[in-house]
Amino acid sequence: MKKEEKKLTAAELPAGGILEAGTAQNFKTGSWRSLRPVWNKDKCIHCLTCWIYCPDSAIKIAPDEKKTTVVTGIDYDFCKGCGICARECPDKIKAITMEEEKK
Amino acid sequence: MVKAIYPKGKIVAKTGNEVMAEAMRQISPDVVAAYPITPATEIVQIFSQFVADGKVPTEYVAVESEHSAMSATIGASVAGARAMTGTSSQGLALMWEMLYIAAGLRLPIVMAEVNRALSAPINIHGDQSDTMGARDAGWIQIYSENSQESYDNMIQAVKIAEKAKLPTMVTTDGFIISHCMEVVEVYPDEDVKAFVGEYKPERALLDYKKPFTLGAIELQDYYFEHRWQLAEGMRNAKQIVLDVAKEFKNKFGREYGFYEKYKMDDAEVAIVTIGSAAGTTKFVIDELREKGIKAGLIKIRVYRPFPADEIAKDLAKVKAFAVLDRADSCSGNFAPVYLDVVSALFANGINIKSENYVYGLGGREISTEHIAEVYTKLDKIAKNQVAPSKTVEYINVRIK
Amino acid sequence: MIEVRWHGRGGQGAKTAALLFGEAVLATGKYIQAFPEYGPERMGAPVQSFNRISDHPITIHSGITDPNFVVILDPTLMETVNVVEGIGPEGKVIVNTSFSSEEIAKKLGINKSQVFVVNASQIAQETIGMNIPNTPMLGALVKVIGNLDLNGVLEDTKKKLEVKFRHKPQVIDGNIACIKRAFDEVKNS
Repeated sequence: MKKEEKKLTAAELPAGGILEAGTAQNFKTGSWRSLRPVWNKDKCIHCLTCWIYCPDSAIKIAPDEKKTTVVTGIDYDFCKGCGICARECPDKIKAITMEEEKK
Repeated sequence: MVKAIYPKGKIVAKTGNEVMAEAMRQISPDVVAAYPITPATEIVQIFSQFVADGKVPTEYVAVESEHSAMSATIGASVAGARAMTGTSSQGLALMWEMLYIAAGLRLPIVMAEVNRALSAPINIHGDQSDTMGARDAGWIQIYSENSQESYDNMIQAVKIAEKAKLPTMVTTDGFIISHCMEVVEVYPDEDVKAFVGEYKPERALLDYKKPFTLGAIELQDYYFEHRWQLAEGMRNAKQIVLDVAKEFKNKFGREYGFYEKYKMDDAEVAIVTIGSAAGTTKFVIDELREKGIKAGLIKIRVYRPFPADEIAKDLAKVKAFAVLDRADSCSGNFAPVYLDVVSALFANGINIKSENYVYGLGGREISTEHIAEVYTKLDKIAKNQVAPSKTVEYINVRIK
Repeated sequence: MIEVRWHGRGGQGAKTAALLFGEAVLATGKYIQAFPEYGPERMGAPVQSFNRISDHPITIHSGITDPNFVVILDPTLMETVNVVEGIGPEGKVIVNTSFSSEEIAKKLGINKSQVFVVNASQIAQETIGMNIPNTPMLGALVKVIGNLDLNGVLEDTKKKLEVKFRHKPQVIDGNIACIKRAFDEVKNS
């Protein structure tokens, strides 16, 4: 069971509803997933279409040895399993497939 | 003989609008965004002339509506600027949703507001319907009896707003004060600047080294806490208002508080009112005192936050009082200021005979005779000769 | 406290006269108010403006209904507006006219002793070259009120005009001459 989140009191909250930047990083939405994208490294042509479309910035990228940006995997901490990456992956390639999430 | 109270003060003849613009020039905010509307037009017109003439370094944003004026002012304020605007009546009404946002985000915006009737029927003259409608928006409201007070209130408002983290509006009665030339003492630029100090916001969106999010959605789990904070901020603003008034008196010599008491020490009958009619009431009190009627006045200056306990304590000694409202709430019940005053008394266990009058809508004349009639009736109520009416009474309106 | 009502037509400077007069009287050390009546602000429409003068701070902010002095910039207003409203038996009326006090008093139905006349239009024409009767009427008012310092008023008015008409010095001199002449020429006969 997940622990109940501690809610701040009015005395603890900053006035005016200020939220520090980057707090989404602390909020792991990966547990919401019922379907899981599986990335096939060998089929991938690194067109980065999936990276552009992913609404949760859950496609991991990095420069390779030639300093070209390539896909390196999927960030399952934040991927909600929406399947947009699998759908947008070019038809001739289909390097991402959605599979049942096993828990 | 007219004399300055502050040794370096200068006596001038100016209208309410002229001195409000003068105060804005001296305060020298970073940004002013405004749209002109009668009778507040001159404030921003004169101020924009100051900008054009290089007399003030403010960034003046000419917008296409009051909704945008308030939006731009909010934008400037969250960016970290000292931001001001000015409006009246329909303009304030068009700002409505943004007023609540300014308060909810706790932005110390200062607004020069000239009280004018709301349409329909269309009318450009003075009454307080516009700001009374905004009384629950989370803005501090400071009303002025005359031009001097509007000038002094503008200067104090900047400090109050920034300390309380609450937007603040300073008002004058449309035309009656905004367009009336009166004797005003103005202070040197450098002394006003020293008094208001430099604005150093704790957080500013333009501070990219410490980024943050503002105005995010908050649902059932957090919204209420932030609204409680806002209400608590308003309660805490009471002490800030008094602190700034004390500092102002120490510097410039004029005394301000939540309200002004006029001949209340031994008063048996009292009027509670707001704005320019208070001055006329003082004139009537002086005449009535000569006839032996112990009349007094409480002129509310700070309506939000409402000084409930203080007013209850000061009214406790009178035998009968009347609240004169320059706005009707069209509620089937009483008008706004009366409701605040009687709830303050009730909560303090005080029961005094009272009346509520609505007067002066759309700039309708309120004469010394009208006010004297109210005192005459109060005197009879105090002596148990007549019973107070249990409904709103109206002054100087043709009903039948 | 002294209360003054100005009657003019939109464009004749009734408001400006009240403001100039207010500022000038403040310069002599008295408390003042000056305010126009806002209504149909159209060229030619009857308009009013007001002054209060006192040795003590003025708190009253209601309209002026029983003035001590009434200044009539345009004599044709006497036909259409009740210019003597509320003046009582002591009130004084100052009219820009070529008629005598007696003739005007008869027309207005008040005592001759209450009526002061000055040909302000002619004075303005001869000194400024235009029929703008407001500044000469200011001089006439100072004279009729009696206890005001003319030199103080002239000095302050000159200062104000110097700001407004810094490129037209002849307008400033003309206006000052106007005030002086009307002060000397206003009469109750």
